[in-house]
Amino acid sequence: MKRLQILLPFIGVAVLLAIWSLTVWSQVVDPVLLPSPVTTFRAMWIGMTSGKLGADFLKTVQRTIYSTAIASVIAIPLGVLLGSSEKLYRSVEFLIDFFRSTPASAMFPLFLVLFGVGDRTKIAVAAFGAALVILFNVAYGVMNARKTRILAARVMGASRIRVLWDVMLLESLPQTFVGLRNGVSLALVIVVVAEMFIGSTDGLGQRVFEAQQLFDMPDMYAAIFAAGALGYGLNLFFLAIERRFVHWSGK
Amino acid sequence: MAGAQSVAKIELTSAIGAPSAAPHVTLRGVTKRFADASIYDHFDFDIPRGRLISVFGPNGCGKSTLINMIAGLTPLDGGEILFDGQPLSQIKFGYVFQNYREAMFPWLRAIDNIAYPLKVMGVAKVERTARVEKIVSNLNVKIDLSLYPYQMSGGQQQLVSIMRALVVEPEILFLDEPFSALDYEMTLFMREQLQRIFMETATTTVLVSHDLEEAVYLADRILLLSRHPARAVEFVHYDAPRPRTPKTMSEADFVGTKANCLEVFQREVRKG
Repeated sequence: MKRLQILLPFIGVAVLLAIWSLTVWSQVVDPVLLPSPVTTFRAMWIGMTSGKLGADFLKTVQRTIYSTAIASVIAIPLGVLLGSSEKLYRSVEFLIDFFRSTPASAMFPLFLVLFGVGDRTKIAVAAFGAALVILFNVAYGVMNARKTRILAARVMGASRIRVLWDVMLLESLPQTFVGLRNGVSLALVIVVVAEMFIGSTDGLGQRVFEAQQLFDMPDMYAAIFAAGALGYGLNLFFLAIERRFVHWSGK
Repeated sequence: MAGAQSVAKIELTSAIGAPSAAPHVTLRGVTKRFADASIYDHFDFDIPRGRLISVFGPNGCGKSTLINMIAGLTPLDGGEILFDGQPLSQIKFGYVFQNYREAMFPWLRAIDNIAYPLKVMGVAKVERTARVEKIVSNLNVKIDLSLYPYQMSGGQQQLVSIMRALVVEPEILFLDEPFSALDYEMTLFMREQLQRIFMETATTTVLVSHDLEEAVYLADRILLLSRHPARAVEFVHYDAPRPRTPKTMSEADFVGTKANCLEVFQREVRKG
C-alpha cells in the first residue's frame, strides 16, 4: 500500500491522457484542432532533439534566467535595506504595491522606447516585474524576523549591523525563496508574452505563436508543454536550492 | 594608612567570603509605564550576590518586565539599575528565553549556537571551541551538539540555550519562565540541571516562574511581587541544603515556605 502511494501523483496525468485520447478517438473535436497525445509528444520529441523547439526552449531559459538574476541582484539588497527599517519600508510601500499591481505587459511600449526591439526589452520588462515581487518578499522576510531571535542576539551584545547580518538576513531567507520562486514564474510569463508579440524571431512564445499561425497543432501543443515543463522545472530548481541552503525552513 | 588598608582588606574578604554581604544588583527608583498602566513606580530592590532568586507574583504584575529591565531589553522610564555600581554595559550576563524555539538560531548547529555569544565578543575560533568544550564537559552534557536545534527535543534545546547563556561566564544569569513550554517530566529533569549548574557556578541567578513549587524548590530567596504598580511584598528566605531532591518537597520547611508564599500571593490577588 505504501509503495502504491508513490504512484498517486501519476493518476491525474493518466486520467488526463485517457480523456484526451478518448476525445480524439471519438472525434468530438476536429482532429486538426486536437492531435492525439502520441502525435503531440512525438512532435515534442522531434522538436526538442532535432527541430527548432530545442533552440527556442534554451533561448527562453536564457532570457528568464538573465531577468531573474538581474532582478535578484537589485531586489535582494534593496529589500534587506528597506526591511531593516519598517519606517523606510512604509514610506515606499505604496509605490511597491502600486507597481507590483501594474501588469508588466502594460510596460512593454515604454520599455520598447527605452531599450529598442530586441532581447534587452524582454529581459528588462521581465526583470522589472520579478524585481518587485522579490523586493516585497525579501523586505517582509526581514521585517518579520522573530523578535525573540533579534532580542537574543542583542542581549549577547550584537551590534545593529551584526543583528542585520547574522539574524535578520538569515531569518528572511525562507521568504526570499518564496519571492524568488514567484519572481521566476512571473519572469517566464513576461518573457513568453514578449516573445510572442515584440518582433521576436525565437523563444518558446514565438514557437507557440508561429505554430498556431501555420496551423501546425502538434507543434503548438508541444511548445505549450515545453513552456509548462520549463515553468515547473524552474520552480523545482529553486525548491531544491532552498532545501539545500535553507534547511531550517518551515521547522 | 595601615588602618585604611586593613579596612579595605576586610571588605574584600567579606565580599568574597560571604555571598550576601554586598548586594550584586541595586535597583533604585525604577519606574516603568505601559500605555496607561504603571507597572513599576519608584521600585527599590537589592539582588544579593551568588544566590538564586525566584520572582513570583500575580499574572501581569511585571515579573518578566523586571528581568527585562535589569537585562536592558526593556528601557526604564525612570530610576537606575547598577551592578556593583557599574552600568549594564560593563558586565557580562546571560539571558534564557521562555521560547527556546525562537531564541535559538536554527541555521546554526547546537554547538555553534553555544559559541555564538563568544563570536560576538570577538573571541578567536580556537578559544571559542575550547570554551564550549569546557562548559559541555563541566555540565556533563550528553547531547549530540552537532545537531540543529530543530532536530532536538524541547528540553535539549532549552539546555543548549542555557549553555549559550553560560558560555560567556556571566556574572549574572536571567531566566524568563525557562521551563514553562516543556512537559512535566522534562521540567523535573531541567530543574535538576539548573540546580546542578547553579551549585557548580554559584552565578547570581534570577528566575521568573509562574510555578510556585518550582520557584521555592530552586530558590534561596523568593521575591513576591504585588499587583502593579509592583511592590516587593516579601522577600522570603528558603535555605534548605543543596542538592535538593523531590524528597525535599515533602519536608516541613518546604511545605511551610510554599504555604506562606501562597498565602501572600492570594492576598495580593484578592486586592485586585
